[in-house]
This record gives sequence, C-alpha cells and structure tokens, in this order.
Amino acid sequence: MTDYPADPILVLLEATPTGELAKSAAGLLGAASLIGTPVALAVTAAGRSQAIAEQAAAAGAERVLVVETEAVVARLSVPIADALAAAAAVVAPDAVLISNSMEGRDVAGRFAARTSAALAVDAVGLSRDAEGVIAHHSVYGGAYNVDSAATFGPLVVTVREGAVEARAEARPVAIETLEPQPSGKAAASIESFESVTATSTRPELKGATKVVSGGRGLGSAESFALVEQLADTLGAAIGASRAAVDAGYIPQSHQVGQTGVSVSPHLYVALGISGAIQHRAGMQTAKTIVAVNKDPDAPIFEVADFGVVGDVFTVVPQLISALAERKK
Amino acid sequence: MKIIVIVKEVPDTYGERKLDLETGLADRAASEPVLDEIGERALEVALSHADANEAEVVVMSMAPERAAATIRKGLAMGAASAVQVADPGLAGADLGLTARTLAAAIRKTGFDLVITGNLSTDGSGGVLPAMLAELLDVPNLTALSSVEIAADSVSGGRDSDDGTMRLSAKLPAVISITEALPDARFPNFKGIMAAKKKPFETLAAADLGIDPQDLSVAASIMTAIAEKPPRSAGVKITDEGDGGVKIAEFLVENRLA
Ligand SMILES: Cc1cc2nc3c(=O)[nH]c(=O)nc-3n(C[C@H](O)[C@H](O)[C@H](O)COP(=O)(O)OP(=O)(O)OC[C@H]3O[C@@H](n4cnc5c(N)ncnc54)[C@H](O)[C@@H]3O)c2cc1C
Repeated sequence: MTDYPADPILVLLEATPTGELAKSAAGLLGAASLIGTPVALAVTAAGRSQAIAEQAAAAGAERVLVVETEAVVARLSVPIADALAAAAAVVAPDAVLISNSMEGRDVAGRFAARTSAALAVDAVGLSRDAEGVIAHHSVYGGAYNVDSAATFGPLVVTVREGAVEARAEARPVAIETLEPQPSGKAAASIESFESVTATSTRPELKGATKVVSGGRGLGSAESFALVEQLADTLGAAIGASRAAVDAGYIPQSHQVGQTGVSVSPHLYVALGISGAIQHRAGMQTAKTIVAVNKDPDAPIFEVADFGVVGDVFTVVPQLISALAERKK
Repeated sequence: MKIIVIVKEVPDTYGERKLDLETGLADRAASEPVLDEIGERALEVALSHADANEAEVVVMSMAPERAAATIRKGLAMGAASAVQVADPGLAGADLGLTARTLAAAIRKTGFDLVITGNLSTDGSGGVLPAMLAELLDVPNLTALSSVEIAADSVSGGRDSDDGTMRLSAKLPAVISITEALPDARFPNFKGIMAAKKKPFETLAAADLGIDPQDLSVAASIMTAIAEKPPRSAGVKITDEGDGGVKIAEFLVENRLA
C-alpha cells in the first residue's frame, strides 16, 4: 500500500506488559489528529498486534502499521527503533510522536540520532502553522512556555504523559504489516521482567485531574495511609515529595517534582510538604492548590490557593469525615 | 577499564532559574551554576567501582569555557582526568548537535563504559544516553536504579510503573542511572588539592571534526518563548479546630469535591 495520507503523523504505540494498548496512546493519537492524520506503529511479540491495532483504531489511528518480532521482548530499544525507522521510511511523516516514557525516550533518541532528525523533548502540546509542526514545552518547572520546531524534515517529539487532553475520533481498523530489516545495532539483553500486579483502582498520577500528595510531615509509612484515605475520598491519584520517597513511605514512581512526575491537575493537595522549589517545579501549574502544613512559613503557602496552618493528623481526618458526611 | 562519566553544569535548582527572553538560552548569570546532582550520582557509581577495581574514571562535559571550575569538582571528587568540549559555536546546541559532539569526544578519549544521569534538571530530555549509544553503536541500559559493573559486562535493574526489568550487556556500553542510586561523596581537602594537578583537556568542535554551523543537518530550534506570571498566594488560615471543615467547604464551593 502506498496510499498514505498527505499529512501523516507517525505515532509510536506502547503496549502494557499484559499486551494492552498503553494509556499514553490516546493522548498521542489525539495530539496527532490536531496536526495531521494519525498513522500508528505497533511493535509487539508474535500474535499480539491485532488487539493493539484495534484499540489504536478506536483511539483514532487512520492506519496501523504492525511489526511482530520476538526481539522486542529480548532486546532493549533497538528492535523498536529499527521498526520505527522502517515505518518512517514508508510513511514519510511530518512528525513522529513518541511517549516521554523510559522506553519512549530511548527509542526517540536512537531514531533521531540514526536519521539525523530534529528532536523536541517533553512536549505538553502540538500545533501546526504554515511552516510545519510546532512543539510546545513547559520548562523550568512551568515558569516558561517555549515553542520549538525543526529547521527542516520531520520533527521527532516526545510527549509528556497525560499532558494532552485532545482525543481523536474512532476509525475503522486498517492494518498493514511491515517486515523491517534488523539494523544489527548492539542492544542490551532483557534478562527478565517482573511486572507489578496492578491491583490499584486509583487513578494514575500522570495526567490525573486530582492529586493528593504527602511529604516527610507524614512521619512514617503507616501514617502515609492518611494520604491514601483522602485520595480515595476525592478519587485522586497519590503523589509524594522526594523526602517521602527517600524515607520509604511510597515508591519513587509517585514522586512529584523536578526529578519526578510533572502534573497539572485541577486540584493538588499537599500534606506535610514544605514546598521546596524542586517540588513546586512539578506541581505549580495545577489549577487549584490546597496545602496543610504546621509551619506557617512553609513555602508551599506561597503557591497555595487555600492553605491551612495545622497538623495533618487532626485536619485531614476531619476533612475526610466532612466530605464523607456530604456524600450521604 | 575506562569509564567516562558525562556531567553537566546546570542552574542550581534551589534558586530561581531564568531563561533569556531574547536568545532563549539559560541566563547563566541569574543563578548559581552547579554540577547537576544526577551527574554527581553517576560519578559516584564510577568512583565506587574504581575504589575496589582497576578502573580509570574520566569526567566529560560539553559546556562554555567558564564551566571549567564546576567540572573540576568531578576531579576533586576523585576522577582521574577531565575533558571539556568548549566552543562558542556550540552555544544553544540542540540535542542532535550535542549528541554528535559528545559521541566524537567519547570516541576520541576511548571508553569501555559511559555513565550518565537519566534526566538533567534543566533540559529534562532524558534522550541523550540513547542517542550516544546509537552513535557509538553500543547497547544502552537506561534509567537503572541498580548497577553491577563486571570486567567485561554491565547489568542492572530498571523500575517503572509496570514492573522491574533486568538488563545486561557486554562492554562497551552506555548506561544512565536514576536518583535511586546513592548520594555522591563530598570532595575533601586532599581531593581539591590533587584536582589542580590532574589532566584537564579542553577541546573545540573542530578538534572533533564537528561543524556547529552545518545547516545540512536538521536541527530543533526555539521559535517562541514567554514567561508565565508567577503564582500568587491565596487564602491562608490557621486551624482552630475546624481546618478540615474549612477545606471541605472550599473544595465544595469550587466544585472540586
Ligand atoms: C536536584 C534535586 C532534585 C530534587 N527533586 C525533587 C523532586 O522531584 N520532588 C521533591 O519533592 N523534592 C525534590 N528535591 C528535594 C527538595 O529539595 C526537598 O528536599 C523535598 O521536596 C522536601 O520534601 P518534604 O517537603 O516532604 O520534606 P520537608 O522539607 O522536610 O518538609 C516537611 C514538612 O512537613 C511539615 N510537617 C511536619 N509534621 C507535620 C504535621 N504533623 N502536620 C503538618 N505538617 C507537618 C513541616 O512543617 C515541613 O514543612 C530535589 C532536590 C534536588 C537537589
């Protein structure tokens, strides 16, 4: 088939360990639909591509190119980069959109370096003008908005997970199989993968509309349960400061800030968090910020829309029961 | 074994960081320049390996001339030598040019293992390790939260939301590490004195066969920049026994609960 759309945007799909389409895909396809026609690429183990392709079409992929190879579970980054290079060669996209995840960053880096393409990282939005595709970035912890574009050729973009709210309309399923030549580039071996059983029904932190975060002020892993209780009452995702992560209250994937996740929710509740500049860098673009801290001079109050100077262990249980009371 | 650790001078995250609204470049005068913490942790991985094994540790950076003092901290911590690529033509280099330049410097220096941080605190790109691996044609093992270095191989674990992946590769390789790895050692007085006598090589782009002005290679350019107004503080009350109820009222009023 050579009848590709005139304005193709190539979207690299990611799969979860259980073979489902990753959540990031809907945002990538949504972003692609704003600037052109989404053409998706799925790189999966044998027999896994059909389900993903169907889910991608439902999320707006005009066409899904599929590459099935066992190499994808045995070797890191290179098999996906090889498939992406092959797909880009046939599709000739105006832009290539990839999730700003661990895997996505590696593939984007390899692909851009291999094809000498311009690379824009951690975009929070995309648009297009007469000269081509523009990536929008929120830098220095949201203090600046910066746009970037390619001097020529396709722009390779890693897109911040959960940042794009646009969604594309469902399309009929159109699958095309590719059989790329392996590049023979050296790759790391994936020795094993131990998946964490996703028992949590809580919303994911990345892209969450509400976040309740706890800091060192919670004092122990046991007391951190208070953060979880409020999160569940509000239907919020759980975040944390680096100090809370370092103290072992909660895994690193919940860290909000400079070196953790950047969130822009409608509501951010900071409990026992001082509001160090590196923490604020990851949450100060939230629409509404609520803070509880017993230190009236804690810097978190400088960015809070509603702050309570008080002890989390008395204020938060009261808040939870007041909210529960209203639900009755 | 020769280990190259890539480090970066960044504006201190404890201060206010500014971008120049004319050039879009970091306003280096506005904040204290420091060695990026994650690069220091990467150096710690190399140094603690060298403490117990035969290994030569080189710190390398692409940065303006005046960053030399910051890079020297890597020597004071214990690296044997430093390589700085400093060239006015590289100011504002995009990721592609940065990767090509560093890859050329790494090749020129020679290496068995390259260690970097997973994400810098200023660019937050996290793509450079994979770009270097691609250009050097070696494996990438990225975002490792544990690392084991052996005579001819490297392995480690990578934690994500989905689970833990075990990775391994024969050397040479490029790895990047996360802040789950230990804090770096502090340079002591002896280290600071010794650093003054250690080899410090400064390279220009031309020494590496790189032409920063080469317009035949696609680049990413900044097309617009705007400063967002800082957030202002709202209401702050002191809990007088009804703090929780007050928050509940605020949330309900604002349709957030
Ligand atoms: C390069 C770099 C990157 C970093 N990246 C991040 C990052 O991504 N995310 C991040 O969060 N940090 C980051 N940090 C660390 C940051 O500087 C702070 O150390 C950290 O955010 C502090 O966490 P905290 O607010 O939980 O702890 P603390 O600063 O110790 O604050 C605890 C707060 O809890 C309050 N408190 C104590 N008990 C109670 C109580 N019973 N009731 C109410 N309040 C109470 C205290 O008044 C205090 O304000 C980074 C640092 C560096 C150098």
